[in-house]
Amino acid sequence: MNWLARLRPVAFIAVLLIIWQVAIDRHPGQLLPGPWQTLRGIGDLLQHGLLFKYIVASLFRVTWGFLLAAVIAIPLGLTIGWYSRAEMAFNPLVQIFRPISPLAWIPIAILWFGVGDLSSIFLIFIGCFFSLLLTAMSAVHNIPDVYIDVGRNFGLSTPNFIYRVLYPAVAPQLIVGLRITLGIAWLVVVAAEMIAVNSGLGFLIVDARNAGNRYDLVVAAMVIIGIIGLLLDLAMRSLEQVKSFRWGFPEN
Amino acid sequence: MSTLRKPAPWEKFFWPILAAALLLAIWHYSVIWTATKVFPSPLSVEKGLVELVHKHVLWADIIDSLRRVAIGFGLAAIVGIPFGLALGWFPSLHQIFNPVLQILRPISPIAWIPVAIIFFGIGDKPATFLVFLGAFFPIVVACASGVSTVPSIYRRAGRNFGLSPAQILVRVVFPAALPQILIGLRIALGIAWLVVVAGEMIAVDSGLGFLVIDSRNSGKRYDLVVAAMLIIGVIGLALDLLFRQIEKIRSVRWGFRS
Amino acid sequence: MSTQASPPSTSGVKLQMDHVRKTFERDGKSISVLEDINLDVRNGEFICLVGPSGCGKSTMLNVMGGFLSPTSGSVAIDGETVQGPDPRRILVFQERGVFPWLTVEGNIGFGLSKLSDTERRQRIAHYVQLVRLQGFEHSYPSDLSGGMKQRLQVARALAVNPDILYLDEPFGALDSVTRFIMRGELLRIWQTERRTIIFVTHDIDEAVQLADRVVVLSSRPAKIQDVLTIDIEHPRNLSSPRYLELRDQLAQKIGLAYSV
Repeated sequence: MNWLARLRPVAFIAVLLIIWQVAIDRHPGQLLPGPWQTLRGIGDLLQHGLLFKYIVASLFRVTWGFLLAAVIAIPLGLTIGWYSRAEMAFNPLVQIFRPISPLAWIPIAILWFGVGDLSSIFLIFIGCFFSLLLTAMSAVHNIPDVYIDVGRNFGLSTPNFIYRVLYPAVAPQLIVGLRITLGIAWLVVVAAEMIAVNSGLGFLIVDARNAGNRYDLVVAAMVIIGIIGLLLDLAMRSLEQVKSFRWGFPEN
Repeated sequence: MSTLRKPAPWEKFFWPILAAALLLAIWHYSVIWTATKVFPSPLSVEKGLVELVHKHVLWADIIDSLRRVAIGFGLAAIVGIPFGLALGWFPSLHQIFNPVLQILRPISPIAWIPVAIIFFGIGDKPATFLVFLGAFFPIVVACASGVSTVPSIYRRAGRNFGLSPAQILVRVVFPAALPQILIGLRIALGIAWLVVVAGEMIAVDSGLGFLVIDSRNSGKRYDLVVAAMLIIGVIGLALDLLFRQIEKIRSVRWGFRS
Repeated sequence: MSTQASPPSTSGVKLQMDHVRKTFERDGKSISVLEDINLDVRNGEFICLVGPSGCGKSTMLNVMGGFLSPTSGSVAIDGETVQGPDPRRILVFQERGVFPWLTVEGNIGFGLSKLSDTERRQRIAHYVQLVRLQGFEHSYPSDLSGGMKQRLQVARALAVNPDILYLDEPFGALDSVTRFIMRGELLRIWQTERRTIIFVTHDIDEAVQLADRVVVLSSRPAKIQDVLTIDIEHPRNLSSPRYLELRDQLAQKIGLAYSV
């Protein structure tokens, strides 16, 4: 019966697509595309070579913004989480900046970096930075006291302690945080591209609409955004599996 | 965590004030040192804040943003909580709906703007719709996982005491899942706040997001831009703290380590 | 990290607690946990600390080990005041003490980074054998049972050749059969590689089976109520009259009527 059960979600998606198509057919002359039109839209993009170009542009920005944020925010977050005075000092500031949507930084981003790749990378950086900072801080807090006591007991020097106790202990939580932050980066890049740049999947959405109400391309872009976002998430999850298996981390 | 001496109570105020003062000083002197004509100094931001407060537009903008969050988040909760609970309770439902959710979730709510405008026209409604989208998925996920991770011993105890499945859901599973659900709601509220500001930068002409982009577009008033950003941050923080107070209510307290 | 045990002090006293008091601040109130503890532990002795739950046995162990500093009074080992944790005296925790990201070998070798590769491998092999974990060298703690994890902790502790071994209810999370077996193992190891052992337990039988001397603590704030010398030679016959007598004495001192 297993394969039958697996068909259920597929059947459900098929039903949704049918409802979608029927709903569009019942309202001729309006702008939204049906599933078939959307598929043709994707084909259109592939033909003109735009699809891969835009996907690469978006991924490029995500990669840079994400990696920069990781390299800065993780060590910083681990440090702040470790020293309670540092946390006392910086936590209020972090808590005030965190709820500011990365997009609200657009005017500043454009001021500093102009319109283009750099400003969208900056926005992604901002979005990822706070998420990773807080993840790292929380990961340090969650290290069981025993591990720290054992590290102290064995007289480890500070660099040794960081490398041999701190880092392995926080790694699983950090990896989960990285996955979630990658998801955030993907959300930000699309939104950023709708406002501040001239390429990428987000730009495609605004451009398709502005230059001729090509809503088939709009929805096609949305579908592709969803699929790539999902693929990124799955890729990170498989990474999670490898690492946590390697460290044999029990889930208690 | 560190082995330094435990901090004294007064230090809770000293360090953040020191850090903030340092930040302001660096900001202030960077502005002077780079002789920028456009980027605001802390003082001009402060004046900008005062200006905004006195202009009645600020309050209208704040209320607009909050209203959209309230309606969008409220709807997302009303629809999302039962839906999420159902997904967690019936694994077959989860199996059916999950793939669709997983594909829709990575699509930034902002990407829905053109579609939203077609459905709802221009104005409040598309922005509220975006907020709904942004909050909906985290709420559903949190409720589903909250229910599915309730230890089976609790459910078995419920059956042992003769409760019907519906009673088990209401009297055992829901209270057990409540801490996780509340955390999911709080996170969703934070996301709602981010989405509304972003949405207002594109699709509407009121609200704090609009204030940010408008201050730049009509006159490069970067002092107002930064002032608006700070207001956004403070209100977002206030919403978060308010929600944490709800989490602190006694009967829910059990789920959180002190 | 020393690779040989420190020379015993002339009087044979290894650890000395002198008028040790420990209070904690919580919510603005002072809670006194240890009250005027005076104790001399001789080199190579096996001491058990027993007392009612929550009386402060673990606190006392932590103060001895340098993880907590006394509010007043001092702890001295070989005449030196204890300043903080030190690899010369290793604490074995009740649970979750082993690092889940290291194999058995990795855990045992944890304190041995200053040795050469060959020395380290030899030492690890020796202790794997001593605690009878052969065959599991490359296993992760998640593959081990509770008893095996505790043996691993003991191996890791012994590998760095400490003078003193502190054990904080190390068998508390294990089932009673395993506990019984582990006691035998610990005694065997102790008789092979003699060290000073200070062992916290709430189990009366365990104390009488293992210790040279049993230190009885009162409930909080803990004082040393009594010290009982167990003068039976190892291996101890658990049905011998002397054993039963001592066990009853201990139960009385703790204030238990020993019948169900």
